[in-house]
Amino acid sequence: MHPAFSVIFLTTLSGVGQGLFLALYTGQLYSVVEVVPVEDSHSHYGVGSLIALVFLAGGLLSSFFHLGHPERGWRAMARWRTSWLSREVIVLPAFMGLVALYGLVHYFDLNPVLFTFRENFHVDLSLVIGALTTVVAFTLFLCTAMIYACIKFLQEWATPLTVVNYTLLGSASGFTLATVFAAYNQSPLTDFYAGWAVLLTLAGLVTRVSSLIRNSRIEHKSTLRTAIGIRHTKIVQKSQGFMAGSFNTREFFHGAPASVFKLIKWVFLIAVFPVPVLLLSLGMGTSAIAVFALAFVVQYLGLLAERWFFFAQANHPQNLYYQTV
Amino acid sequence: MTQLALVIDLNVCVGCHACVTSCKEWNTSGTAGYMADMNPFGHDPTGTFFNRVQTFEIGEFPNTETVHFPKSCLHCEDPPCVPVCPTGASYKRDEDGIVLVDYDKCIGCKYCSWACPYGVREVDEHQKVMKKCTLCVDRIYDRSLPENERKPACVMACPTSARLFGDVNDPDSEVAEAIRERGGYQLMPEWGTKPANHYLPRRRTRITIHEDELTRVDNPLNKERQLPMPDKDAPTLDDVTSW
Repeated sequence: MHPAFSVIFLTTLSGVGQGLFLALYTGQLYSVVEVVPVEDSHSHYGVGSLIALVFLAGGLLSSFFHLGHPERGWRAMARWRTSWLSREVIVLPAFMGLVALYGLVHYFDLNPVLFTFRENFHVDLSLVIGALTTVVAFTLFLCTAMIYACIKFLQEWATPLTVVNYTLLGSASGFTLATVFAAYNQSPLTDFYAGWAVLLTLAGLVTRVSSLIRNSRIEHKSTLRTAIGIRHTKIVQKSQGFMAGSFNTREFFHGAPASVFKLIKWVFLIAVFPVPVLLLSLGMGTSAIAVFALAFVVQYLGLLAERWFFFAQANHPQNLYYQTV
Repeated sequence: MTQLALVIDLNVCVGCHACVTSCKEWNTSGTAGYMADMNPFGHDPTGTFFNRVQTFEIGEFPNTETVHFPKSCLHCEDPPCVPVCPTGASYKRDEDGIVLVDYDKCIGCKYCSWACPYGVREVDEHQKVMKKCTLCVDRIYDRSLPENERKPACVMACPTSARLFGDVNDPDSEVAEAIRERGGYQLMPEWGTKPANHYLPRRRTRITIHEDELTRVDNPLNKERQLPMPDKDAPTLDDVTSW
């Protein structure tokens, strides 16, 4: 498939936003049960939610560049019963609204304790909103990934690993950003976030490499034989019916030489996984913001390459019909 | 349930592209707007087409055969492009099974083209919406046309009658009979899309003849030939017998 930058930015930016929110909420959960110190509502959760919103809004904005008619974009909410894309279009703004609410409740301290259990664990309003937002965050990961995973003849995508990878890689980049944010605030949660970011990145490494191995062994179900229905071992296309370009020759092939394709795979394998893990581990205990910031930048750029590769690797069966001018 | 479709006979298609040009001609003058050609005379021309004729070579020289293969929307009975559409712009008509795009609702997200394994949907570069074969829905119901012209433009244009049009679910129709009796098949059956358009295979007319059938064992001529020719001077039957 041809990787569109609008979709690459949409999926990576909203992944960071979702991951950052999940990091903030994980921190809050741990602080409720007093495993980690309680953070400042105003500067930590309020501003943190705002940063998550900026990333989500960036993703939403870039998605409009993918459309031929952005002004009709609202129509995309119509078919949520059948279309994962439609579901994403509904869930993304809903998630943004909930993150905004979560941030506002923290920022303006509109955070009454709703109930208390075991006498010293206080469940306040933000914790309840956050729980709901967490569910929606995972739903958004599911919707985004299922857009690709539900197309059964794009065999490179049609696997549960797609959903797992989107979730883990988005969360990992979000936790890395949370580490930068916490280091900037000189928060005691810095190492907590860094630890989670390392764990999620390593988990992502396992699942992403699994999907690479799976895809390298794929046997495509469609062949020229089934495409034109002629049973012969030797079929060669002599003409695709036109000599100029068409939508079919542009949209379904990445157009990069094989060497670039291979290079990008190694770029993302190095930039998304070992480099951030190394930098995060180095930074732990030192609160060195520059190291964490570098880790995030490298990981995000690596994720752009990862998403490019994700699209480029998918081999659409329609390409069988377009092999020779 | 009615399912209008094309049946394309690969046995008689000569690859003349008349269906391609007449399709473009009819549909570019349609009410839904023209099918844009960008840079038609420039460096990198591109354009929207609903129908293409491709050419494949089967086998290895000298035992090769050329197959011309017209390809347009197959109007699947279970179209994978329809449920993925987020706006409902892509739909399948209940009354005749034609898969259409509502150009006023399409947001141009291209998702349906990803979800079509046959690559028969194209974004119109000018209108920025997804376009595809309509089975000439604006022709086949047009009562101002004589009844024998209420067919898709490609069917009208085909000089070898390689394209048949009709209801594939009506067992008595020309198309259903052709599928049934001339080995009609569907493309990429592995994805369960149940394409309504069918293709009729290439067929070589061939008689199977065995060696012993070439000479008739009981050929009376053979019997005669076995006998030596009578000598010129030998008496004839007339000389030795009296009738």
